[in-house]
Parts: sequence; structure tokens; C-alpha cells
Amino acid sequence: MKKNRFKGWRSVIVLLLFFFIWELAVKIADIPEWLLPAPSTIMTEAITGFPSFSEHLLSTIKLGITGFALGVGFGLFVAVLLYLLPFVREAIYPFLILSQNIPVIVLAPLLVIWFGFGILPKMIVITLVCFFPVTIAALDGFKQTSPDLRHYMKMAGATKSQLFWKLELPHALPSIFSGLKISATYSIMGAVISEWLGAKSGIGVYMTLASSSFRTDRVFVAIFAIMALSLIFFAAIVLIERLLIRWQSKGVD
Amino acid sequence: MSVLSIQDISKKFADVDVIKHLNLQVNEGEFVSILGPSGSGKSTLFSLIGGILAPDEGTIILQGKKINSQTGAVSYMPQSPSLLPWRTVLQNVLLGQELKGTKDTSKALEMIEKAGLAEYAHSYPHELSGGMKQRVSFIRALLSPQPIILLDEPFSALDELTRLDMQKWLLSIWENNRRTVLFVTHNLEEALFLSDRIVILSNKPATIAAEFVIPFTRPRKEELLLEDDFLQWKRKIYYELKSFMEQSS
Repeated sequence: MKKNRFKGWRSVIVLLLFFFIWELAVKIADIPEWLLPAPSTIMTEAITGFPSFSEHLLSTIKLGITGFALGVGFGLFVAVLLYLLPFVREAIYPFLILSQNIPVIVLAPLLVIWFGFGILPKMIVITLVCFFPVTIAALDGFKQTSPDLRHYMKMAGATKSQLFWKLELPHALPSIFSGLKISATYSIMGAVISEWLGAKSGIGVYMTLASSSFRTDRVFVAIFAIMALSLIFFAAIVLIERLLIRWQSKGVD
Repeated sequence: MSVLSIQDISKKFADVDVIKHLNLQVNEGEFVSILGPSGSGKSTLFSLIGGILAPDEGTIILQGKKINSQTGAVSYMPQSPSLLPWRTVLQNVLLGQELKGTKDTSKALEMIEKAGLAEYAHSYPHELSGGMKQRVSFIRALLSPQPIILLDEPFSALDELTRLDMQKWLLSIWENNRRTVLFVTHNLEEALFLSDRIVILSNKPATIAAEFVIPFTRPRKEELLLEDDFLQWKRKIYYELKSFMEQSS
């Protein structure tokens, strides 16, 4: 624990140094604000503009959480389905990987054409970004169930559903959480992209408006907000993981 | 009365006979050990009784009912403790009952206490030593509702001292419970110390090569291990085993 905190401080120092050099470079080279604003300018904008920005922030958080929940639910469902039905897995698995090769930026306008400007195309975008890490991680977790434990459970007379609920699912939890952590950070990105599809509010909207009016400081405010949100999401998942997985998995015997 | 009756079973893997015409009876409250060299088909025999594999020929009868390829009819303690790492000792101990329906928490706590693990009832397996994990695994098998317990080389992964400790512990617990036990081991001394009857398995294909009824009175004490009687028996069975290994090779 002590060591971790120390490491944390080191990266904070690097970050501060980075901002310091940035600030200095902007001031010395006299770079115009619309090209690259100094961190202090961005900070001022973040504070003074917060009342109007908070509305966008909130709407992105809501969209992100809903999309994340949906994506994770879908991801777990797919994982369980593929795991329990091996012949479906063989047929579907390649398409799962292909689904990650669709450029979301290109897909988004298409979704608008098909489904309009409502919530549905946004959810599809976020789900598409979020489900994959969870599915892959959960499938790996199921597959890695200890053969000794499986043998015991079978000898003890566990039915297929008991085997799944009492052994395979809890055994896969640590893997599932690794997938959740990745998905959590993706979900904010997904939400922002989906807001480009046409929304009334959201960081994505704010960002497009800012960049088209050359308010570069606001663009940076949006970027930092996205980063912060992703971090907070990530931290929340880590916290839930700690609460849920108290037993440390140091090999199974 | 025989609880478990194995009648003339055979099993082949890819045309190799692993078990051939094997017959075995285990009586109510009896502690029977199966002694055989590694790879002699002991684990296959257990998988057959446990119902994970189906015999090619013959029947396995438990309390008058045929249990061929029927899982969950016997209670089982594997070689590795196989405790679920996300369950506490108490929850692990209850697993066998849970799979079969009814849970009896107070009985479980009582057994945990008798096993000297009272303060660990709510600990997780990774906090226990190897010997303690095996104790938990044995209690789980004892608490399972099935009429017979299969023990599959439960102490083979433990060091010599812990092993003796565990044997004494197992004996004391068992002598108070008198459940029907079928015990697989490759350790002659262990088999002699614990069992009422020792069955020697021949190597590939496995059949019953010899059978000995062990006359030592119970409760048995550690000193037994060094008594002349015990050593004589050990010598006798050892020579038998040896002659028979030479024949088959």
C-alpha cells in the first residue's frame, strides 16, 4: 500500500511538470489562444464555464452509465451463451472479432439514417464499444475453471446449472472484472462519440460547438473532462471489485 | 450388509484394458483401502463409482440400486483439497449438502469445532495450511449425505509429518462416526494403520490381486505403527506385493 502511494506521487509530479512546461512554452513562444491555450487559461475556462458545462457533463455521465450497463449486460449474455453452447461459439466467434473492426465513426451516421436521432443509435454505439472486452474476458474466465474443482463438483453430483452458478461464474469473476475495467473507460468515449450523432446536450455536443467556434480552451476542457470521467469510472469498478472479491485468488488447491 | 457392491466391471480406454472383471464389496461401517501402484487404474475405478465414467461391462450397486454413470451417489474427497477459494471454511463444508438440497449449518459448525478448526470457520481457504485444507475437505465429505465416502489419496501431497498427523486425526474422527469408507492409497503403512480390510489391485488391467482383513483392534493409537504385529503384517503384505509386481512385469 505504502509503495503504491509513493508511485502515485511520482506520476502526479510528472503530470505537474508536463503542465508546467506546457504553460511555459505557450508563454515564451507566445502561441495564440485559439491554436493552443495555456493550462491556466483552460483551468479558468473550466471554473468560470462550469455552470453551463455541468449540464453537458451530467448528460454524458447518464448516457455513459446507461450504455455501460447495457453493454456489460449484453457482453455477459453473449459470453454465457457462447460458453454454454459450443457450436454457437464456433459459428459466432469470428463475427465478434469483426464487429470490433467496424469504424464507429463511419457506422454512426448510418445508425442515424436507420434509427433516427433517438436514444437507440446511441445505445448501439456504446454497446458495440463496451461489450467486447467483457465477453472476451468472461469467456476466458469460464474456460480457465480449475479442472480439479470441476472434477470434484461433478463427482459430488453437481448439475449443469449448479456447476455454472456455484463454480464457473464465481471462478470467472476476476477475469470479468478485468473486462469491466476496460469497458468502463471505453464507455465514456463511446458516449461522447454517440453524442456527435445529434444530441441536445453532452460533452460531445459541447466539444463540437467549441471546436467549430475556435474555442480551443473549451475543447481542452472537454478532453480533460472525458479523461477524468474515465478515471472515475475505472476507479469505481476497482472499488466494486475489491468489495466483491475479498478472497485472493492465489492459485486454486 | 454390503453398502457398495461392484460386480464384474471392465473398462477400456482406446482398446487398452484398464480395469478387467473387477469385483469388490464394501460393508456398512467398514474402512476399506485399495492399495496399488501408481497408474494401476485406481482413479479410473473412482471415476466409475463416482459416475463420471461408464463401465463397459458390469454393474455398480449402492444400497441395492444400480448407479452406473450416475453422479452424486457417493461422497468424495479428492487428492487436492478442491475448496472453492471464494467460500469460507463453513460455506465450503456445506457445499456437499448444498448440491443435494438440505443444509445443516449447526451440525457443520459442530464438526468444524471437533476438527479443531473453530477459529477458522469464517476464514478463506488461502488462509489455511495444506493440512488444514485437507481437514476441511474431509469434513465436507463427512457431512455430505451419501452412504459411502471415497477418499482418493487424500494425503499424498502432504509432507511426512503432517501426513502422520492427518492419519491420526482422520482415524479419531472416523472412529467416532463410523461412516463407510473406500480409501485409495499407494502407501502400505497408511493402509495398514487405517483400514479394516486392504484390497490389492494388480497393474494394468486392474483386478483384485489379493485381500487382507486387518485384525488390529480399535481405537488404534500411533504406537501401533511400531508394534511387532504391525511390522509383521507390513512385511507380509510387502512381500506379497513384491512377488506379484514381479509376476506381472
